[in-house]
Amino acid sequence: MRHRALSLKILSSVLIFGAWEVAGRVPVSFAFPTFLESMAALWVLTIEGTIFTAYAETLKPLVVGVLISAFIGIGLGIWIGLSRKFEWFISPIFIVMQSAPLAALIPLLIMVYGIGLTSKVFVVCIMAMPVIVLNTGGAVRNTSVSIVEMGESFLGTRRDIIMKIILPAASPIIFVGLRLGVSAGFIGAILSELKITPTGVGDIITYSRSIADYPSMYAAIFSIILLAVLFLNLLERIEVMLFKGINKGFVSD
Amino acid sequence: MNNQTTSTNAVSVRNVFKNYDDVEALHDLSLDFPKGELTSLLGPSGCGKTTLLKIIAGLLPATSGEVIVNGKTVTGPGPDRAFVFQDFALLPWASVLRNVAFGLELRGVPKSEREAIAEKYIADVGLSGFEQKVPHELSGGMRQRVGLARALSVNAEVLLMDEPFSAVDEQTRRKFQEDLLNLVKHENKTFLFVTHSIEEAVYVSDQIALLLPRPSRVSEIIRPSGFRHKPIDSIRRDSEYLDIVDKIWESLRTYVE
Repeated sequence: MRHRALSLKILSSVLIFGAWEVAGRVPVSFAFPTFLESMAALWVLTIEGTIFTAYAETLKPLVVGVLISAFIGIGLGIWIGLSRKFEWFISPIFIVMQSAPLAALIPLLIMVYGIGLTSKVFVVCIMAMPVIVLNTGGAVRNTSVSIVEMGESFLGTRRDIIMKIILPAASPIIFVGLRLGVSAGFIGAILSELKITPTGVGDIITYSRSIADYPSMYAAIFSIILLAVLFLNLLERIEVMLFKGINKGFVSD
Repeated sequence: MNNQTTSTNAVSVRNVFKNYDDVEALHDLSLDFPKGELTSLLGPSGCGKTTLLKIIAGLLPATSGEVIVNGKTVTGPGPDRAFVFQDFALLPWASVLRNVAFGLELRGVPKSEREAIAEKYIADVGLSGFEQKVPHELSGGMRQRVGLARALSVNAEVLLMDEPFSAVDEQTRRKFQEDLLNLVKHENKTFLFVTHSIEEAVYVSDQIALLLPRPSRVSEIIRPSGFRHKPIDSIRRDSEYLDIVDKIWESLRTYVE
């Protein structure tokens, strides 16, 4: 079964990259390089080390933003889940944040926070935080009523009930929110480099496009997608490992 | 409250009303639960039997009226009562051992002490060897045994059981009912037992409170007397048992759609 899943993955990659190669050779557009050209460009970027310095730059706002979003987001989410009043007060902000067209807000952010790291961290946070907050809030709010009643009837303090019942029960969904938040954070990091100041991977993309070095541009785009996919896969593995059997337990309970 | 009532009744419900917004769930309900006996709350669905049990547990406030447990008015959950939940209410991430010891854990009993107590009750309910399993590895019946062991291990005088056997299969339920009779006989506790099964109520109860809905009130209190001390295998063939089952059905049938 596992073996077959792996071969299907390989098969789908071969099909997609094959289609890319064919489309590049036709070519569908002058600005669309083939898969092999893009991989060659990626190889060059790697050998030269450009890609590593670029990622060192791109990952800065991403890591800082995701960490801030995770801590504040989970904190606010727990509060929202526990208190109806606080939910009415705060969750509209995140619902608006989630649906607002971020690119339109960027000029505003630049005006307030300049073109440095702060603005970029903000963009990552705006992307990552709502999904973390709303998932956490929902998970906490939807803790099974009966296990909370159980805690009350066996004389648990409010603190015990939150720490020993609600948070462990909510943690699988909180983790899902975290994973979605990270993937939104990736989008935010690249967006900020394209819209605020071109640094890191965004710089490679912008610069290659301006000198018509399309293979390098596609190589950069490909690398960021690859990194995001690998990282999210890793988070998913951790999730499965941490919460082994729990989800199943919830379903049948 | 005079002393005589407190010494014979473990739980007394006095003129309890409960409204949900403008719906009246319980109307002027009074009922006594004798110490050391099993009392069933029986009635059609929507008759407020679970509501009453949760008010006694202190999980729900009554709109008016009072509940007295061992001479003290209930204001919230207390150490004198333990609850067995219809859906078991186990922590899905915790082992059987931790689940059974969880009531003691919330009371701040040290780990080694509470685990020793939990081990004893795990053995009592027949789950030895399953201490390290998590709930989803157990059958429904075994999960409810965990719930029962948890309630027993806090050593409360009153056990509140909310349709505890409704989520387990018929054969397991019969076994549970027999075990419950033994438990009532050997543990010196008072049992409050919510059920919608007439046969189950008559089989296990010292006293049956028949609740009728809209608004909920106690319509009748039945005390089976003849077959309670006979061997448990003969109860279901006893003529008094059969008569009571028929009589209860006569009272209830008009309330069932």
